[in-house]
Order: sequence, then structure tokens, then C-alpha cells
Amino acid sequence: MSDTPPVDDATPAPDATPRELPRVVTSRWGLDDSHTLERYEATGGYQALRSVLDKAPQAVVDEVKAASLLGRGGAGFPAGVKWGFCPPGVWPRYLVVNGDESEPGTYKDRILMERDPHQLIEGVLIACYAVGCAQAFLYVRGEMALAQERIAAALNEAYAAGYVGKNILGSDFSVDVVLHWGAGAYIVGEETALIESLEGNRGMPRLKPPYFPAAQGLYLKPTIVNNVETLSNLPWILTNGADAFSALGAESSRGTRLFAVSGHVAEPGVFEVEFGTTTYRDLIYEHAGGIRDGNELKCFIPGGASAPWFFEEHLDLPLETGAVGKAGSMMGSGAIVVMDHTTDAVKACWKVVKFFAHESCGKCTPCREGTDWLEKILERILHGHGRPEDLDLLLDVCDNISPGLAWPPRQTTICPLGPSAVSPVNSAIVRFRDEFEAYIARAEPPAVATVGGPVPVDIRVGASS
Amino acid sequence: MARLSRDNLALAQEILARYPRPKSALIPLLHLAQEQDGWLTEDAMEHLAELVGVTPAEVLGTASFYEMFKRRPVGTYVINVCTDIACSLVGGDELLEHAEETLGVRDGGTTADGMFTLQGVQCIAACTEAPCLQANYRYAHRVSHDEFDQLVDDLRAGRKDAEIPRHGVLARVRQTIPAERAAGAIVPEGQSEPAWLAAAESDAS
Repeated sequence: MSDTPPVDDATPAPDATPRELPRVVTSRWGLDDSHTLERYEATGGYQALRSVLDKAPQAVVDEVKAASLLGRGGAGFPAGVKWGFCPPGVWPRYLVVNGDESEPGTYKDRILMERDPHQLIEGVLIACYAVGCAQAFLYVRGEMALAQERIAAALNEAYAAGYVGKNILGSDFSVDVVLHWGAGAYIVGEETALIESLEGNRGMPRLKPPYFPAAQGLYLKPTIVNNVETLSNLPWILTNGADAFSALGAESSRGTRLFAVSGHVAEPGVFEVEFGTTTYRDLIYEHAGGIRDGNELKCFIPGGASAPWFFEEHLDLPLETGAVGKAGSMMGSGAIVVMDHTTDAVKACWKVVKFFAHESCGKCTPCREGTDWLEKILERILHGHGRPEDLDLLLDVCDNISPGLAWPPRQTTICPLGPSAVSPVNSAIVRFRDEFEAYIARAEPPAVATVGGPVPVDIRVGASS
Repeated sequence: MARLSRDNLALAQEILARYPRPKSALIPLLHLAQEQDGWLTEDAMEHLAELVGVTPAEVLGTASFYEMFKRRPVGTYVINVCTDIACSLVGGDELLEHAEETLGVRDGGTTADGMFTLQGVQCIAACTEAPCLQANYRYAHRVSHDEFDQLVDDLRAGRKDAEIPRHGVLARVRQTIPAERAAGAIVPEGQSEPAWLAAAESDAS
């Protein structure tokens, strides 16, 4: 490995977590050789696996349940509870690792895979042992070449050392961990689409029910799909105990969490902070150095591009699932994108919508057509061809995808991608309506004839509100 | 431009053996074909269809869903400049415009010498290091316009060959599962409870 220095290491490392903060998953990030087996073993690596093999699998499940480890992918579902959803007596069970990180603003799983691949592999093994998964697939986003190299090298080392494969460490626990590459599709981060992709198909989500992966997943067999960060927590939990883990954080959000703070902050970075107690203000103003150039905060995306936007008044909210949900958004994938007062809200909204329009898989009509309409209408407003009725039209299209524009969203689609495109539109129009209106007021008549955008038919149907 | 070479066929068989069902190997095999030819040829897709046991149309169906698979020749280096929300807030759009000027092609175009294909892309998971780009999926972080020009010069002169392979080559380290250590692919038809679970249950009872 070390004979092929990656481009990545030539660039500055993302900011390491300050010393006084707990380091559950980032403890090795500062070490140059953090990705090697030698360093991993020298820093306590694979001790948790050894200890787990002396316990009953159910005891491991109970430990993880007691730790209240929430899934770190976006939905935030308790990992231990998810494991318990596999129907008894149905075999085989599979484990699929979701390493397809691609939610705009999100940057954490890639670093975990590049810098501490053995920690992830150990987490995978612990999960397989506990749940009884006979084979594991580590699905890594296609565009992450270095992560793929680091995981391949780590797996090769781990197989040679007897940590993975047949009769692990001399026990009757046997499991192959197969590294699998994606090929560029955001939607594959959705767990049923990930499974479709792993079966060699177009990555389109399946309907739930009946296709809850724990019951009918890969090859329609019980399948646990866990995120990279979620699994990376397991070695620490099994080493230090559920009590030590749940002593960190608050209420429904235990342990620590990685947050990437990007956009208009002085010192963007990835930070491991205590879950549940740290506030958005702490993250943005202390860890990320505040707004750049002494500017004022305009708004921020609190949990990946799918999340409704937050504003000044939300800064003191704790990073706690319940509190953030009640305030109308989510922590999602731990991605905070900060916008200062120089930001054009219409353009920012269009950027986020454009992403979802591009990534819509096309399976469900409200999303396939709706996200396209949203993008085109926003584009014509931005290019000076908006019409006064366009704002109502935008909200009406949104309502067709996510009826009532409620939070948490209702949806007319199989997966949450459609409603994700609604979040930025609704947030921006509610808060910055004047900016949209200013664009439209400046528009040149006759707007419609001069653009190649959507034809202005009235698509209102029935009594949608 | 062809079917898989003998060496690659051997690799393909090794990859296929890891999966409970052959079609699951399709995406890794498509990457292998793209690595061989620099892009995805129809001959290669037909060969994969034979290997996996599906029709060529099904292979195309899967390949056409994923952005990394290029069904037309592309440059030796595919440069992906991120213009998504986090990058665009700090100069991603301007970086793409600059790249267009430097390379003399528009977003999506390939230079006349076949060296570079330029693409504006969306989130590549380096948001705190914006504006960022990838050259054949190798990252460059916080890229200034001068640094972009330098990268292009370096790539043209072959000074980055050790770090950035030609397009199609992804990870240069492959997973190999030694036969004596392999637990083996677990087919979905197998109905047995894993040994370690069964053992734990009989201990408990």
C-alpha cells in the first residue's frame, strides 16, 4: 500500500477533533499509518472481536441494544433493534455495508474507510457474529478509489492474519467479507436500491412493505444493511461497554457523531462531537471557526441536502434526534452546509434541487417528473424568465411529491428522494420569498416564449392544498 | 476493444466465485472491462452477458444506469469538477468555468488530443475541502485556478503517473481471498443456521 502514495495524502487533512472531545471512531485519524494492520493491532485493534467470540451472539446484540447506537446513515434507526427484525429460523442472513456516501454535504464515511478500514472490518465481523450473517458485502461508492484500495489492502491483511474467512481466530465463526464497488448513483445509498445494485441490477428502490431488508433483502433473504459509521462504532462499544457509550450524549442520541461542516465557515472540517449535547452553535462557531470574513449567517442545511433548512433561531438546538425533528428538520447524515448573507437563496435552492432531479432513478412518476419540473422552473426564475404564478406552481409540484409539505414528510413515492427535493424549495420560499419575487419582478416579458423550459400548462389537480 | 483478455477472464472468474449469484458480480466485472479498454465496449458487454448468464440487453440495462460506465471513448483523464451546493458556495462553478477555458472544452467535452474529458459533477464527498475535483477518481482538495492549471500540466507531462492511473483503472489494490482461508459464498437456497449460532443455542439449552 505505502508504495502508492495517494493524491489525497498530499492535501491537508480535515481538521482533527480537539483533544478534550471523546474519540470513539476517530482515534487513529492523526496517525500516518492508521490504515495498516500493524498500527491497528498496536492500538487495541481486533481485541473487541476476540472478546466477542467468547460471548454468546445474543449477548452481543443485547450490548449493542443497551448502547442505543443509532444508525449513522441518515434515518437514525437504532442498530440493535434493526438487527432484531430478522425473522427467526430463516437462513441464510446477509450483512450489507452501506459505504455509498453521496448525500450532498456529507463527508465522513469516506474518511473512516480511508483512514481506519480495519475498524470498519472489525465492526462488520462483530455484527455478523451477533446477527448470524453468513456472508458480508462491503459496498463502497464507485468514485472512492482510495477507500477501495485501503479496504482491499486491509481485507487482504485481515484474511492472512486469520481475522476474516474460515474459522476466524480458530473459532467456529466463519464469514467472507467481500469488497464490492458501486459505479455512480446517489439513489443506491437507499438500502433497497443498494440491494438491487448488489444483485447486479439498476439501482431502483423496492417497495416497503414487503421488501424490508431485514425480512426480504438480498436474494429476498434476511439482510442487515448498516452504514459505515454505525459499524465503526462497534469495536469501541464492545471494548468499553454499552454503559460507557451511553454515558456520552443525551436522551435518544447516545455516543458521539461525526459532523462535516462546510460552506461559508472560517474553518470547514469534520468533527467528532458528543451526540445530543453539542449544539449547532458549538459546531459552527467553535469547531468550524464561525462564519467566514465576519459575515452574518443566512441559513444552514442541518443534515444533508435532503433536510429542511435551519436559521439563526435554530443555532442553540442540541444535536439530538428528537429536538431537531420537533424543530422541523433532521440530522440526517451529519452534514451541515452553512450559507452566509451573501448567498443567493434562489440559486442555492436550485443547486440542491438540480442534484435530486439528476439523481432521481425514474421509478416513481411524482419524483421523476416533479423534480425535473422543480429544476426547470427554478432555472427560468434564476435566468430572468420567471412568472408571478411560478411560486405557487413550485409549491404545487412539491405538494404532489410530498402531500401537505409536512415534517416528517409524507410521500407519494417509494423512497424519500422525491420529498428530499421538496425540502429546499419549501424552506427557501417560506423564508426568502422576497428574493424569488425580486427575480420574477425583474423578469423580461414575455418570459415563456424565450425559454426552453416547461410549457406553462396548469397542472393543478383536484383539491390539493 | 474486445472481449476480456485471458488474464482478465481469470480475474473475472475469481470475482464471480465470491458471489452467491453470478449477476451480483456484474458491476465489478463492468469495471474490469472498463479498466481493460478505458471505456465499455459492446463486445465486452456481450462477453460479460455470457459470463453472468444474462442477455446483453440486461448488461446494458445495468451499465446505463451508472454514471461511471462510459459507453463512448473518453479522455485518458476524466476530470470531475464538483459544482454541487457546498462547492458552489466557495467557487466550484468558477472552477469549472476556468477548467473549460484551460482545456478548451465545455462541460462533458473531450480535448482534441484525447487526453482530457471534463465533467461538472455533483457531490463527491469532500465538502469540507471545497472546491474539489477528481482526476480519474483521485481527489484534489481546495483547488485554486492555478493549481488546476498545474494539475493539467503535470498530467500532460506524465508527472502524476505514479498516483493517477489512466481512466478505467480504479483501485490498484485488489481483494484476493486465499482459497485456504475462504469461508465461501453462501447461496440463498442454503437453509442452515450458522455453526456458531447453533453452537451458542445448544450451550444455552
